[in-house]
Amino acid sequence: MATLVARRRSWLDRVPVVHQLRQSVGLQRGMLIAGLAITGLFLLVALAAPALAPYGFADLRDEAGLFGSLQRPSSAHPLGTTVGGFDVLSRVLFGARTAVFVIAVAVVASLFLGVLLGVVSGYLGGWLDRVLVVVADAVYAFPSLLLAIAVSIAISGGQARLVGGVMAAAISITVVFIPQYFRVIRAETVRIKAEAYVESAKVLGTSTARIMFRHVLRNATRTLPLIFTLNASEAILTLAGLGFLGFGIEQTQAAEWGFDLNRSLSDVTSGIWWTSIFPGTAIVLVVLGLTLVGESLNDLADPRLRGRRAAAGAAPVEATEVTA
Amino acid sequence: MTTTLDPSAAQAPAATRRRPTGGGLGSYVLVRFLLIVPTVFILVTMVFFVMRATGDPITAALGGRLPADQLAERIHQAGYDRPLLVQYLEYLGQVFRGDFGRTLSDNRAVTTVLVEHGTATLELVVFAVLVAIVVGIPLGLVAGYFRDRGQDAALRVLAILFYATPVFFAGIVSKLVFSVWLRWLPVSGRASSRPQIELQTLKDPTGIYLVDAIRTGEPAVIGDVLTHLVQPALVLGLVTAGVFLRLVRTNIIGTLGTDYVTSGRSRGVGEMRLVRKHALRPALIPIVTVMGMQIAMMLGGAVLTETTFEWRGLGFMLAQYLSARDFVAVQGIVALLAVIVAVTNFLVDIVAALIDPRVRY
Repeated sequence: MATLVARRRSWLDRVPVVHQLRQSVGLQRGMLIAGLAITGLFLLVALAAPALAPYGFADLRDEAGLFGSLQRPSSAHPLGTTVGGFDVLSRVLFGARTAVFVIAVAVVASLFLGVLLGVVSGYLGGWLDRVLVVVADAVYAFPSLLLAIAVSIAISGGQARLVGGVMAAAISITVVFIPQYFRVIRAETVRIKAEAYVESAKVLGTSTARIMFRHVLRNATRTLPLIFTLNASEAILTLAGLGFLGFGIEQTQAAEWGFDLNRSLSDVTSGIWWTSIFPGTAIVLVVLGLTLVGESLNDLADPRLRGRRAAAGAAPVEATEVTA
Repeated sequence: MTTTLDPSAAQAPAATRRRPTGGGLGSYVLVRFLLIVPTVFILVTMVFFVMRATGDPITAALGGRLPADQLAERIHQAGYDRPLLVQYLEYLGQVFRGDFGRTLSDNRAVTTVLVEHGTATLELVVFAVLVAIVVGIPLGLVAGYFRDRGQDAALRVLAILFYATPVFFAGIVSKLVFSVWLRWLPVSGRASSRPQIELQTLKDPTGIYLVDAIRTGEPAVIGDVLTHLVQPALVLGLVTAGVFLRLVRTNIIGTLGTDYVTSGRSRGVGEMRLVRKHALRPALIPIVTVMGMQIAMMLGGAVLTETTFEWRGLGFMLAQYLSARDFVAVQGIVALLAVIVAVTNFLVDIVAALIDPRVRY
């Protein structure tokens, strides 16, 4: 019966987030919508940054001459200028671009590697599995920021930059997240391995690779959208942390909120607020948006946490669709 | 089954397996303790190879500032031109003996740096954990109790805000408001210069300023140390408070729905007592189990907090040595933090096993 209901759901309902949006009620729905709105705005800003920003992120002058250092917010510079003479508004807007790029590279790469390792390790087992689990556990227990620092040293090294700062940051964050995906997918794989349909596929003589990537992988990845949103917000925080410690991204290479905060640290003591408050608020907003989405998805996936009214409300929705 | 002599034999189904409690815990502690070794070993190895992946520490620290022949000589003297594997084995031997080498930038023994600045980080983290517990647990209790109502909504948003704000931004805002605009609290550091000298000249100092300040017995010094401690501890603690809030809320919702709470209520147990004794106690167990993870996260956060407030702990020094590209020092600090994380996780697992017998295996 349950499968029948699932099959009759419209295609729109099967898109991950849309389904949860329909399922949610009240406060939960409010949180999800707010999160989606902020995330959408963030993506939009990232996409349209060149059109929205009054200047380039590395511009120091326009036709009227140099911007000047630490100018208060004015009509020419709505959010003021930094100690280096950059326009704060432009850097905040372009910062969204850097963030999206880093999240995309880091999360996609770690997803790919973590899922691959998780399925292979969980399905094949043996000594490879044991070694990978011990290594992943050790890495997982370690403060992610410190790991990211170590990796970014390895990439950009003591010498001249081989890889661009943005890419180096993205790769460092990738390494941090691989164990997380690995653990989740491996646990799921071990569970699924014992299911009857895997057994029957084996009996039918399906190749190991096909079982791993058809039967197991597709069923093991259900929890991924959830981890994805939660990790995306963590990726932003790690990127900002790296930037704040002065890593990787030079101000002429790209605009990065964390690095701008690092530069503004000395302004704070003299009461200059505009160089730190705006990039900082941008980080908080984006992480807030992504976390709201992730948390709501998490709550909706966990029947213990789903709002009481939501649980009651979900049943009639499905029932009406069966009749439709 | 009746022929089995030992009822605790492994063939018995897991659910009904019985073990003498003392022996089970003892072997669990031993196994868990032995697991520290591979964890530390893996992390130290990883840090070593990751840091060396792009070259030797001397080129990193001084490359471009010295002529090539002098550079080569210094590399040779320090033994960095030998095969990496030889260096690695030597490094392992040194670490095993508790010798982390000497820093390149200011030629101090890394061990001295670790001891001197480790106490500062310890002080910060201990107070941050206190903040997290004092703020997070009661608020989580309130949120869980008033589930889906106004208080719950407000507290959940607050928890997410705590999590979404990077510690260094929280630190900057707090500094702007309380130190620069209101002038209530000092901007940075662990103590003002005069009390600091007094604390440093104290006979065998513990390095934990609050303890040392209390030992001097001067209210002015104690007050000074406390005002310096407030902001960093609050900023670092509130992040974790958000985590605790969410966790306690979820668990309270779970335990409030259990049969024993319902039966307690029907027996006329007071609501306060019901929440505090029946619902909260079991809800706190998961807090203990995530504590290890949280301490690891806090050490990462401490690096950022210390940099923001110029709190001269391990994190602050790490950032300093990083910008000086002094990788010998960085390696030592990271290795020490790895040991701390592994040991904390061990302790936390033991405490969890003591509280909840189901954890043991």
